[in-house]
Amino acid sequence: MTADGKHFTGVQRFLHWSMAACIIAMFFIGVGMVSTIMPKYVPLLATHKTPGVAIFVLALVRLAVRARSGAPPLPADLTAPKKLAAHLSHYGLYGLMVAMPLLGWAMLSAGAYPVVLYGDIRLPAILPQNAALHTLLWNAHSYLAFAFFALVLTHVAAALFHALVRRDGVFAAMAPVGSRSGAAPR
Amino acid sequence: MPLPPSGPRSTLASLAVIAAICAGAIGALAYTAGWLSPDRLTSTKLVDALAPSNGPVPGYRRNHAKGICFTGVFEANGNGAALSRARAFQTGRHPALGRFNLGTPDPGAPDATVRVRGLGLQITAEDGAVWRTAMINAPVFPVSSPEAFYALLRVPASKAPNAMAAFVAAHPEFAPFGAWAKSPDWTASYAQEPYNGLNAFLLINASGAEQAVRWSFRPQAQAERITPGDLAKRGEAYLEREIIERVAAAPQRWSLILTVAEPGDPTADPSRAWPEGRRSVEAGILVVERIEPEADGPCRDVNFDPTILPDGIRVSDDPFPAARSAAYARSYDLRTAEAKDYPRSAAEAPR
Ligand code: HEM
Ligand code: HEM
Ligand code: HEM
Repeated sequence: MTADGKHFTGVQRFLHWSMAACIIAMFFIGVGMVSTIMPKYVPLLATHKTPGVAIFVLALVRLAVRARSGAPPLPADLTAPKKLAAHLSHYGLYGLMVAMPLLGWAMLSAGAYPVVLYGDIRLPAILPQNAALHTLLWNAHSYLAFAFFALVLTHVAAALFHALVRRDGVFAAMAPVGSRSGAAPR
Repeated sequence: MPLPPSGPRSTLASLAVIAAICAGAIGALAYTAGWLSPDRLTSTKLVDALAPSNGPVPGYRRNHAKGICFTGVFEANGNGAALSRARAFQTGRHPALGRFNLGTPDPGAPDATVRVRGLGLQITAEDGAVWRTAMINAPVFPVSSPEAFYALLRVPASKAPNAMAAFVAAHPEFAPFGAWAKSPDWTASYAQEPYNGLNAFLLINASGAEQAVRWSFRPQAQAERITPGDLAKRGEAYLEREIIERVAAAPQRWSLILTVAEPGDPTADPSRAWPEGRRSVEAGILVVERIEPEADGPCRDVNFDPTILPDGIRVSDDPFPAARSAAYARSYDLRTAEAKDYPRSAAEAPR
């Protein structure tokens, strides 16, 4: 359980917000690069891979931290279906932040592309070259990217609903800096 | 509970804020994805424009569709190492894989109908760094920008009278390529062609100095000049038969020549040759040792994307490699999705 039972730990909040920024950037880099033939295509693709793989590593760290530190309970007055929705959506978010980079990496492997990150870090292929797998993974990476975006939007809407309408401390639990609640003991 | 739940008025205002944030995010994504700018030139448009009038041939490359695989080795002599720290330039034998091809979207096109011949090449250094390049026998590219190339590809579909004449008038840079394309001295073998990278790249050496270069693979085989008419008499797929026999008899060699730019040379425009007399460095020999049919050969499912470069080589201000990378990826995505349409054995191939 977290230190005070009401807030995610500092490490968790740091991971949440830095990864949120990276993931949101990834959506824009992804759709931007596949729709351009301009010189920026090359740096965009390189940029897409590096934070993409960083997200994968951070997601694993984050899950480990989550397993150790836990999460504050949702407000008691939230109905059971809403709690279930919250939990399922969080599973979905965690699942996608692990799956998307893996799909990208696997798709490039199945396409016989070298996977090179900034700093000339060369990742090994995680699949043999295979046309059918390449197609499957490319479709999965592309469709799941939009599902992920939709889920993040829903998540943001729900978080803001908690922050602005319900004002029930759920947002404060993850707030990047101490909230106005005054109830947040440092 | 920190604050009381908000009242009805401010609830509405809050919901409006939330809706606005979501709508803004969707709008921004749509804008970035180009859904709001249908005029943007995309890889999809470029690749669609390459298709012949009766449509693309599924399962095949969208351009340079007719080809044959080879394996061999790049024997670097170390001369390139002063210009680039890429391991491929250090003295040694680096495995090579490639593809001889014809610049046509039709895998069944007769050899004598295609002026442009190409070479797709991958060199893998011992440290595992991969270098891919795709080059053609023309000394210059027909146009100076990817946008102009798109316009050129759309000429055949144009209903306007004299569309090609109008294009050439609007694109004077086309003349040197046009003159080369009309010249009747073709060669009788893939082994007799030079393969020119045309695009400029930056080489980065061990001390971090950058130098713009263009590269070419020049054949060691003597050119046997032939007219397209005489080539046609030898058969529609003569070049592939010839290269199989020739390489079976003896490995074939090309020298890699790096041509070093001087300040002011047009690095961003592959339609303009650099002035004569530029310093050139012979960096090694490509030895083609074995030919394999494309069907299930090692080159078929490789994308010879010219932006796949090892540390020590990077793209320059030439806009083509990026446009090509985007288009080749699109072509690769399409053809791998259509793999079932590609004849599994050489005998079924549309020859
Ligand atoms: C959280 C992580 C990631 C997200 C959210 C993401 C998102 C996206 C999006 C939105 C697209 C465009 C899809 C479309 O418009 O159809 C895309 C394409 C792509 N992604 Fe990712 N991506 C992630 C990680 C990665 C990683 C780690 C790699 C590789 C190592 C990768 C490789 C690619 C490639 C190569 C494409 C273009 C495919 C093509 O044009 O053939 N992605 N990604
Ligand atoms: C790409 C973007 C994002 C991802 C992938 C993401 C992911 C997650 C995940 C997985 C959790 C669950 C934590 C747990 O219980 O272990 C969470 C919680 C939370 N997120 Fe996000 N998030 C993102 C963006 C945002 C944004 C932009 C906001 C604010 C507007 C936000 C607000 C919150 C809040 C308030 C919580 C706490 C919920 C609770 O107490 O259970 N998130 N986020
Ligand atoms: C914007 C300009 C260009 C476009 C849109 C374009 C388009 C294409 C496409 C779609 C392919 C098939 C890729 C695949 O499926 O793997 C291809 C292959 C090829 N292109 Fe280009 N190309 C362009 C410029 C060039 C230039 C400047 C050169 C030569 C210097 C070149 C030489 C080749 C060669 C040799 C191949 C065959 C590579 C192989 O064997 O796989 N192209 N091109």
